[in-house]
Amino acid sequence: MPNSRRQFLGAGLSAAVAGSAISCGASNGASPWRFFTAEEGRTVDAICDRIIPADRDPGAKEARAVNYIDLQLTRPFKRYRKAYREGIAAVDAASRKKFGGRFVELPAGQQTEVLADIEKSSAAFFELILAHTRQGFYGDPRHGGNRNRVSWKMLGVPFPPIRGLERYDQPKVG
Amino acid sequence: MALKHVNALIVGAGAGGGVVAKELATAGLSVVLLERGNWYSAADCRKDDLRNQRTTVLGNAFGPDEDRNPRVLVDDRGEGIVWPSESGYSNNAACVGGGTFSYGAQAWRYMEKDFRMRSTYGAVAGSTLEDWPIGYSDLEPYYEKAERELGVSGDVSNNIFQARRNQGLPMPPLSPNKEYQILLPAAKRLGWHPFDLPMLRNSVPYNGRAACMRCRWCVGFACEVNARTGTHNTVIPAALATGNCEVRTGCMTREILLDDHGQASGAAYFDPHDRLQRQTADLVIVCCGAVESARLLLNTRHRLFPNGLGNRYDWVGRNLHAHTYPAAAGLFDYDTYDDIGPGASIAICDFNHGNPGLAGGGMLANEFIRLPYQFMNQVPPWVPRWGQAHKDFVRTAYKRTVTIMGPVQEMPMFDARVQVDPKVKDYWGIPVARLSGKKNPHTLEIARFTAGKAEAWLQEAGAVRTWQRIPGPSLSGGQHQAGTCRMGNDPKTSVVDQDCRLHDVDNVYVIDASVHVTNGGFNPVLTIFANAYRASHRLLEAWKGSKVRS
Repeated sequence: MPNSRRQFLGAGLSAAVAGSAISCGASNGASPWRFFTAEEGRTVDAICDRIIPADRDPGAKEARAVNYIDLQLTRPFKRYRKAYREGIAAVDAASRKKFGGRFVELPAGQQTEVLADIEKSSAAFFELILAHTRQGFYGDPRHGGNRNRVSWKMLGVPFPPIRGLERYDQPKVG
Repeated sequence: MALKHVNALIVGAGAGGGVVAKELATAGLSVVLLERGNWYSAADCRKDDLRNQRTTVLGNAFGPDEDRNPRVLVDDRGEGIVWPSESGYSNNAACVGGGTFSYGAQAWRYMEKDFRMRSTYGAVAGSTLEDWPIGYSDLEPYYEKAERELGVSGDVSNNIFQARRNQGLPMPPLSPNKEYQILLPAAKRLGWHPFDLPMLRNSVPYNGRAACMRCRWCVGFACEVNARTGTHNTVIPAALATGNCEVRTGCMTREILLDDHGQASGAAYFDPHDRLQRQTADLVIVCCGAVESARLLLNTRHRLFPNGLGNRYDWVGRNLHAHTYPAAAGLFDYDTYDDIGPGASIAICDFNHGNPGLAGGGMLANEFIRLPYQFMNQVPPWVPRWGQAHKDFVRTAYKRTVTIMGPVQEMPMFDARVQVDPKVKDYWGIPVARLSGKKNPHTLEIARFTAGKAEAWLQEAGAVRTWQRIPGPSLSGGQHQAGTCRMGNDPKTSVVDQDCRLHDVDNVYVIDASVHVTNGGFNPVLTIFANAYRASHRLLEAWKGSKVRS
């Protein structure tokens, strides 16, 4: 259940939406994002870039998966705010410990190594950002990601969709 | 102001409740149909691949309301609250039409042995496997009625395993898609008996509604052209057209009201403005789906029924099950994707029964068309989950992967159950459903067997690589939820009688998949429809103008 915000009963029932009390980093106006601080946004953008990298087709960075995640953190993903705030900090802490710099400062190969560690050490956060990056890349652009439908172009999914296909296949009556 | 008394109060406007409303209203009974969800139409098709009834990462499209309807799930990790869009919640839907508003609409009749599982296979360790008190022949005329009145397309004449039927399906199948053309000859080479999937989906104009236009937004979505058939566009409008039925949406039922003698007198519900209303009625018919029907009975307490209505012998909420869905996928070296919906098109019933050493089996069919994000679940276990290799695989395989899957008939478990939670309440202050239990190990054994057959089919069809997906042992619920108010002749080991009437109270019925003793190796909706027609018929035979004969 990677996307679960399941609360265990021992942990107290009063906070119906766990984590929603975490405030938006953008509130001081210094960040271009709604929830993330400017630095957090750069880190998430870099993580997305490693999860679905650009090659001959754009990756999650070009698709603006970070915009999808940031937008949803003001909506249904409010419950994941705490997980993001702590998870991003854990990624930077792991980067410093292993390579002596913040995640965004590392070359791609080292970033991949850090993420592979995070996949084990902060498994819950990694599952979250993995699922959300895929959604922000492969999902509908209306939710803030998949800019210019880059993933759908990559997969060759017709857009705008062919509708009423069957009518062309069948002979006209009368 | 008191609400006007009616003959029948039906709680839940899904598959069962919709049929019952139409049958009773047509017979002249005054009916109120309560639905906790909203009333959607074809215009509500938003084609949102992240927020629909199948992919719920941004929420359910068709209910229930995310923040008002928690449940408690008890599993290996402990007990915790789950919300409607999360796995483990066992959601179906909450809207007019219920699950039939957004389902895949496969229209299966169960087989004769599906009603006689215990006599066919004997006891299965750890399971409450039992025969139905009725047989296929009791349902056959009502299966036919459902197929004609609601409208089923397909061609099952090549299904040599099906039980006797008097009529073919009223509509021809949709024209074959590419997967069908690939899988048909392969199944024949294997000596199997493939045929066109029966579906509650118009292949030609039928009953005033259009034919399917073959789009890719099918299961999980509203049907944009109203070609897919549910109770919302058939029997419920027919019920309303009689002038005898009123639908009230946004109404959450709290409990069934009982008089001093333990007879039902109606129900108490919260209206859309959260005001508590009391609707009196001669009959109360519970059609909320297996989880919520059990919850409503258990939340109905009375001096005579201290443990919940119908629960004298502790059977309400027991035997919650659905279907285990094993799957196999195959990667081809050419494009198999043709962008023609609904996708699912071809099926076999060669492995529903008669499998050596196994108590049953299940139908196999190709999967519905996959939207890009849904394909993430199809990626095989040997592919890294992120980075270049994952992207490479998705790019290569998205249009070259065929999936075959099918519902394995589950072995019911007494401890797989719905209770009401002693602490957690919903938005209205009503105790919520508490789900616990697991699948029977034999169910998973059967799943491994049918997954192997699915994989063999793909290999025969020329897949260059194949892989299986076998579900885990956790509790089954979800769209096909069933079993919690078992139908039976013995009040000590069942909740309702053959007529779907509570053993305990003669003016309360449960008419939905809750009464299914076992759930077939098939999608259950046509059986829910058929049984609702049958139970309505039996109810009307006993109807005396203000009550039913005891």
